[in-house]
Amino acid sequence: MSTEKTFRLDGRDIPFIEGDTVMDAALRAGEYIPHLCHNPEFPPHGSCRVCVVDVNGRHQCSCTLPADENMDVDNSSEAITDVRRSLLQMLFVEGNHTCPGCEKSGACQLQAVAYNTRMLNPHFTHFFPKRSIDASHPEIVFYYNRCILCGLCERVSRDIDKKSVFAITGRGINSKLEFNSLSGKLGDTELSADDKAASVCPVGAILPKYKGFEVPIGERLYDTKPISVVGDVAANHSAEDSVLGNADEYSSDE
Amino acid sequence: MSSTLETAANPQILKRIAIDPLTRVEGHGKVTLLQDDNNNIKQARLHITEFRGFEKFIQGRPYWELPVLVQRLCGICPVSHHLAAAKATDMIVSASELTPTADKIRRLMHFGQTLQSHALHFFHLCSPDLLFGFDDDVRHRNIVGVIEDHPEIARQGVLLRKFGQEIIRITSGKRIHGTGAIPGGVNKSLSKSEVAYLQADVQQVIAWAQDAVQLVKKVFFEHYDYHQAFASIESNMMSLVRPDGAFELYDGGLRARDIRGNSIFDHVDYRQYEEYIRENVKNWSYMKFPFITSLGEEDGWYRVGPLARVNNCDFFGTELAEQERIQFMAIGNGLPVQSTLAFHWARLIELLHCTEAIAEILEDKDLRGKELVNKGELVCCGTGVIEAPRGTLFHHYEINDEGIVEKASLIVSTTNNNQAMNESIRKVSSQYLDGNELSEALLNQVEVAIRAYDPCLSCATHAMGKMPMEISLLDANNELIDRLEKNSSGQINRTL
Repeated sequence: MSTEKTFRLDGRDIPFIEGDTVMDAALRAGEYIPHLCHNPEFPPHGSCRVCVVDVNGRHQCSCTLPADENMDVDNSSEAITDVRRSLLQMLFVEGNHTCPGCEKSGACQLQAVAYNTRMLNPHFTHFFPKRSIDASHPEIVFYYNRCILCGLCERVSRDIDKKSVFAITGRGINSKLEFNSLSGKLGDTELSADDKAASVCPVGAILPKYKGFEVPIGERLYDTKPISVVGDVAANHSAEDSVLGNADEYSSDE
Repeated sequence: MSSTLETAANPQILKRIAIDPLTRVEGHGKVTLLQDDNNNIKQARLHITEFRGFEKFIQGRPYWELPVLVQRLCGICPVSHHLAAAKATDMIVSASELTPTADKIRRLMHFGQTLQSHALHFFHLCSPDLLFGFDDDVRHRNIVGVIEDHPEIARQGVLLRKFGQEIIRITSGKRIHGTGAIPGGVNKSLSKSEVAYLQADVQQVIAWAQDAVQLVKKVFFEHYDYHQAFASIESNMMSLVRPDGAFELYDGGLRARDIRGNSIFDHVDYRQYEEYIRENVKNWSYMKFPFITSLGEEDGWYRVGPLARVNNCDFFGTELAEQERIQFMAIGNGLPVQSTLAFHWARLIELLHCTEAIAEILEDKDLRGKELVNKGELVCCGTGVIEAPRGTLFHHYEINDEGIVEKASLIVSTTNNNQAMNESIRKVSSQYLDGNELSEALLNQVEVAIRAYDPCLSCATHAMGKMPMEISLLDANNELIDRLEKNSSGQINRTL
């Protein structure tokens, strides 16, 4: 008789080991739970709430919830998809996510998760915030319009790169990503193109400079297969995607 | 020389008739006519009622996004904006010469664009006027009427356009708003199967294009004098030409000729276009009025597009189109053809040329090459000029040290034809409307004149922040008691 511990997810037994979250166990078992701020490489954060699941009748954040044998998890009902869709719609209207003009379109985790929840419109009134671009860094551009405040760059820069280049400041709707430099400019921080934080962004907020639309339509990450099959942007990050790809062509040493 | 019908002396006492909206054109516009008590036309103006403002809101964007961003100006000829911006960004990355693969992919994409746009314009928008007559019942004078009465013509029109759209899809990823061209080159080449897919239909498409030219010639010669005279104005003509004088759509030097066909300038490097062309603004239109600097505002306006291109070129590089050009030029008796309705004829000769050129380029192995991008040093500014379906299209950008656009200037094809379209509707007004009680059929003649230019009004409105404005205060007896004017630099002056 097996001693493996399991919980139920959409009617299927999902094995887990001590310390697993619901997300960890589900992903290992090949069950996709939509998520944005979560990256399996790093400790969970639980900030975007897109990975919400229904556990024994209560909404829980699957990336931070420790797995337990008595759990009956609903990951795919229309009701839970509705909740996720609303969260995504709020993310879309809070920033300026104009996919048609975005280099990341077709390979963007926010867009792909929105497709996964069958989001067809923003539903809520757009905020149309006035946000700019920081192109002061020689190799990287930061687009404030597209940042979803997932905190991945902040955590990775602090915990992996040991530079703490990014920080989310302010509260609630006034939260924003700031850069750790006296001028407040990205170009004056210690960020380097080969930092892990430079390539961890799930959306089109942190992108390599001097490079755009080089992957033809039809060959982009999510052009032919959904995110539930392909997986996260970060998991598919390749050498060609690297900010180093084109960066040194025009970056000056002066 | 401009018509006297631009501004009536006493508009307050005249009847106002508006054709609003203009139909069967791209974008939104209207025509206003002012008539006196005897129904004489005293003023005729083409107004553009929508506003774009791309020049303003692409400021602050990275230059490498431009080819994709600016193509959203238009859903009909996005490829033209895409390629003009790509050519400008080629200059910014010092790609003075593209790889053969990139050059040919872009040219193929542009032939597809011109083919589909010309087919759309002739078959969907204008053939109802030309096949049924300008005074046909309005309920029948439309594309549905063409499908019912001439199903084979309608079918060929739809399939010609489809072929052009397929070329765009294969070269840029989507039929509308793809991403093929990037600074310094393209992001993909063609596979063997993609080339074979296009080659399978191309001979049929050439045959349909030949039929289309025969059709427009038949229509033109059936009412030859009428077509020669209708809305006919004498204008200068401007277009790109190849270094050897051949017809050119993608890259070449600027050539302008006067009403007698004499050279005003020739083989001008388009990067110097600002020395040769300036723009004027008028207080009643969102669309600017470009003119050839050396001739001045009054006489320097010109026409662009198919009529100008076919008149200006010395020859076509493809056999069938060249034969048609020779017949076309014969009606000018040694002078440029000035008939406004000849735009349609010239447009279909170009369509034929595109089909031949596509067949030729599909044979080229460079389409399947692997070297896609050339890049050099980053410089501060770039200019891209291309012959869009509607005429010469100028894009100019200046960037800062961070690669962000600081200044953008676009002269869109239709803008070049602004004065000419206004002159044409004034001519029609004098010819057919003056002294008459206006009817739908008569008003359609005004629209027919505008349609001949295939205007894309949505693309062409860019005078943001520079619009001169005049406000007049009149008393009950129409006496002017106060007037304020805002000039093009934004200063407001009391001018009474």
